[in-house]
Amino acid sequence: MSASDQDAATERGLEQYRRMLKADPWDNPGLLDSDRGEVLWSAKKGAKNVSLAETCDLGKGVGKVDGAFAELPRYFEDADRVQDAETRILWCMERFQGFDSTAFRKSPHPSGGQPVKDIGAIATFVANKSSGMKVASKADHPKEKEAIALGEALFFRRQGPFDFSCATCHAESGKRIRLQPLPFLSDPKEAKQVVGEWPAYRVSSTHVMTMQHRLLDCYWQMRLHRLDFASDVSVALSAFLYDRARDGEIAAPGLKR
Amino acid sequence: MKKIVILAAACTALICGNASAQDAKVDPLHVDVMLKFAFSQAPKDWGGRTDQDETMKVCSAARNQPSSAQADAIVAREKAKIKYPDDGKLMGDWKKGEAIAQSGYGMRFSDYPPRRPNGGNCYACHQMTTAEVSYGTVGPSLLEYGKIRKFAQADVKAVYEKIYNAHAAFPCSLMPRFGSNSVLSIDQIKDLVALVMSPESPVNK
Repeated sequence: MSASDQDAATERGLEQYRRMLKADPWDNPGLLDSDRGEVLWSAKKGAKNVSLAETCDLGKGVGKVDGAFAELPRYFEDADRVQDAETRILWCMERFQGFDSTAFRKSPHPSGGQPVKDIGAIATFVANKSSGMKVASKADHPKEKEAIALGEALFFRRQGPFDFSCATCHAESGKRIRLQPLPFLSDPKEAKQVVGEWPAYRVSSTHVMTMQHRLLDCYWQMRLHRLDFASDVSVALSAFLYDRARDGEIAAPGLKR
Repeated sequence: MKKIVILAAACTALICGNASAQDAKVDPLHVDVMLKFAFSQAPKDWGGRTDQDETMKVCSAARNQPSSAQADAIVAREKAKIKYPDDGKLMGDWKKGEAIAQSGYGMRFSDYPPRRPNGGNCYACHQMTTAEVSYGTVGPSLLEYGKIRKFAQADVKAVYEKIYNAHAAFPCSLMPRFGSNSVLSIDQIKDLVALVMSPESPVNK
């Protein structure tokens, strides 16, 4: 078999797998985590015994979830910073429910086979409540513009012993690592197709991965250390990706290999 | 935190506004500082991993499309970093090379303390043999690489240099500087050269 025949056969196989994943949207196990997140959103916790539903403003008013994810990341005056969904949820939990995040920040994401943690489940619920809407992350406030610009600089920054940047893998069309196709994330056309699918259920690790987890995983592969949850770096990268994905469809939780 | 205050103050002093043409709105020092505070669980000796040498600064700003002058400077700088085997033999054992090409192990935060040698992870980006169908396409296919070049000695040397430091031949190459960044040893690189250039290797069958 020639090299190009082998490539064509591989691409057909990958395409078939992708079609099968999308065949029935209701067989996505991530919907169970979304349901769990919905319960957690309304659960009263902490010394003041309040729920996020009663206290947390995701950008469209206290407790309002519909359409909120579509406008994230955005600048929040009360926090005086740009925040993505997960960062904002954590902020609300700390502020209103007295959540001690020390242990969480050390290990914010699930290991293989473990379910996504509470904050990730809430983020999945919140994202699901914007499904079908277009990505409309905010880019008006100076800090929003700054976050996007910093995210872009980070995207193209080569570093570490392998000299990798995000662009090493994600700045060209039609490439793969092993058999994993790589989206051209700095190109709006391809960013629009995939960014709105996060958080997504990863079949190969049997759990939902959120955007923060996905970024940490990239930095792991890039031979850098554990990317801090809710770090300026993680929020800036998100801000850049959502800006490139502007007007793309939100379809969360997604379902991926 | 005192550290943040001092660095923030440094950022608002004279050194800010040092942006390159490409990232006109972004202060590179701001990006450096963000990265220094993004990995709170990293051991102290990991601090340098977010630093950039001159070549990485230039390639990042140029989005891997350096100007002619920049390219010449990179080639000269990176060529000087190439170290050759003491015995002058550039080819090792292709069977060991295949194992190195298959392995993505090494230098991730989960790979410490190391349980095995670092891999080159060549199949992540390259097709190499017909037997291995799980290959990537970030780099060109290396199928029959040696055969096509009639196993010429000049190409054996070129492959060695490419793996050791790809920028010597292709400034701002996406390929990691396996040799000069101390990812792979000289012996490992020799084994990979054999994988690509040996008439006995499955790459050339």
